[in-house]
Amino acid sequence: MTALIALVLLATPASKYPDENRVQLKDGPDKALVLGRCAACHSQDYIPMNSPFLDRKGWEAEVNKMVKSYGAPIEPDEVAKIVDYLATNYGKK
Amino acid sequence: MRSRRQFLKDLAGGAAVVGSGAFLPSLARAANTPAVGPAGLPAGTLETSFLEALPGKRPLIKRTYRPPNFETPLEFFEQVFTPNDAFFVRYHLARIPEVTAAQWKLDVAGDSVEKPFTLDLAALKKDFEQVEIPAVLQCSGNRRGLSDPHVAGVEWGIGAMGNARWKGVRLKDILAKAGLKKEAVEVVFNGADQAPLDSTPDFVKSLPVWKANDENTLIAWQMNGAPLPHWNGAPARLVVPGWTGTYWMKHLVSVQAVSQPLKNFWMAGAYRIPKGKFPIVDRFLTQETEANTPITEMVVNSLLTGPREGQIVHVGEPVEVRGIAWDNGAGIAGVEVSADEGRTWQPATLDQDMGRFSFRGFRHSFKASAPGDMTLLGKATNRQGATQVSDLIFNPAGYHNNVVSRVKVRVA
Repeated sequence: MTALIALVLLATPASKYPDENRVQLKDGPDKALVLGRCAACHSQDYIPMNSPFLDRKGWEAEVNKMVKSYGAPIEPDEVAKIVDYLATNYGKK
Repeated sequence: MRSRRQFLKDLAGGAAVVGSGAFLPSLARAANTPAVGPAGLPAGTLETSFLEALPGKRPLIKRTYRPPNFETPLEFFEQVFTPNDAFFVRYHLARIPEVTAAQWKLDVAGDSVEKPFTLDLAALKKDFEQVEIPAVLQCSGNRRGLSDPHVAGVEWGIGAMGNARWKGVRLKDILAKAGLKKEAVEVVFNGADQAPLDSTPDFVKSLPVWKANDENTLIAWQMNGAPLPHWNGAPARLVVPGWTGTYWMKHLVSVQAVSQPLKNFWMAGAYRIPKGKFPIVDRFLTQETEANTPITEMVVNSLLTGPREGQIVHVGEPVEVRGIAWDNGAGIAGVEVSADEGRTWQPATLDQDMGRFSFRGFRHSFKASAPGDMTLLGKATNRQGATQVSDLIFNPAGYHNNVVSRVKVRVA
């Protein structure tokens, strides 16, 4: 049935941009901070897409890359909180 | 001609009697191969990917919404040219203006041109020779999601690529009009898309002068006979046949010939491969370091489009293995197919040659002799003798995955 629906959809180009809120981050401490610092530049789905294979060190490297290479406006004291949220909710178990 | 409604009704009727395995092969998928697959992608990728449509596009595999990264589903690779409205979409930065044909202007400048100038779309179409080249556009990170171990980034499956007929003008003609000085070492390209924050480096890329002056490098305004779709770089984009998509600047607005190598994050920090690991012919010497080098040309590769993973085939009945192969533009010399885990290989028949930068279709028929699981392998070789690898060449950014193509079917 899913395949049939997909086929029907394939017949019609869309006119409206899809709703990015279909993918929501998991609830947890500092979720609001993560959204506030990350979602200005990219949708939330970037995070679960990159899971669950990064360990804490891996997520720390990603956050640091966002700050150093992409100019993300994250204060030094916020990095650990964001890494905690990502490692807890989207980390390699 | 039947109405669309009737067509859908017929399909629905067909769906009610599915189960024999004789239904449309593209729908007869194994449960472990989701439509947003393949199954080797990270679990979080599969959970958050959906078939969704950007305006003007058919539903594609949504990897990320903003910036938009949407992948072409496998079934579209059954044809050698990828339809514009099914062509994959890849952006780094989320501020993407709609540049109209009337608004568009291209600045041609830099410290290494004699006579900077600006041109509009009408002049681009009128004042220069128009050429059309079939060429594969493949994201450097295509198949990143299949890296083992997984690496961070957009977790692409197999569809961050497409093949189109690109029509436009030779970049070398534009550079010649501006008068390229002999001290030029690179040509720098910028598109109209920008980052939401000023603190993010704008996506700006360069090519070595020799590649910019290659007769196949184009500024294209047409794709498969139609204007470029917005999501593929309208009104005009760079086309760099043989090289990965990172150089194919969309919504191109600036071309600058320069006497010093471009040193930004997108050249010095991103899109780099370890030196010596891949059989690369094209070098980008002004950007090389001791340890690594910019990604340049594509590696030889193939994709099996049929039969599909999990499909049921029958003992004694002919099965046609089909697919596409592509490379850096040397051209595909041959594709071999194996049904015994690579112990023996049979040459496939190549379809019509659409040009050395294009996908090349191939097919090979055989009969399965015994029931059970059977793995089919496909391996392309190009005219330089380069071939697909048996084991992944791991690299930190997950580029150049050209492991021998593999599909498992069930023989009943």
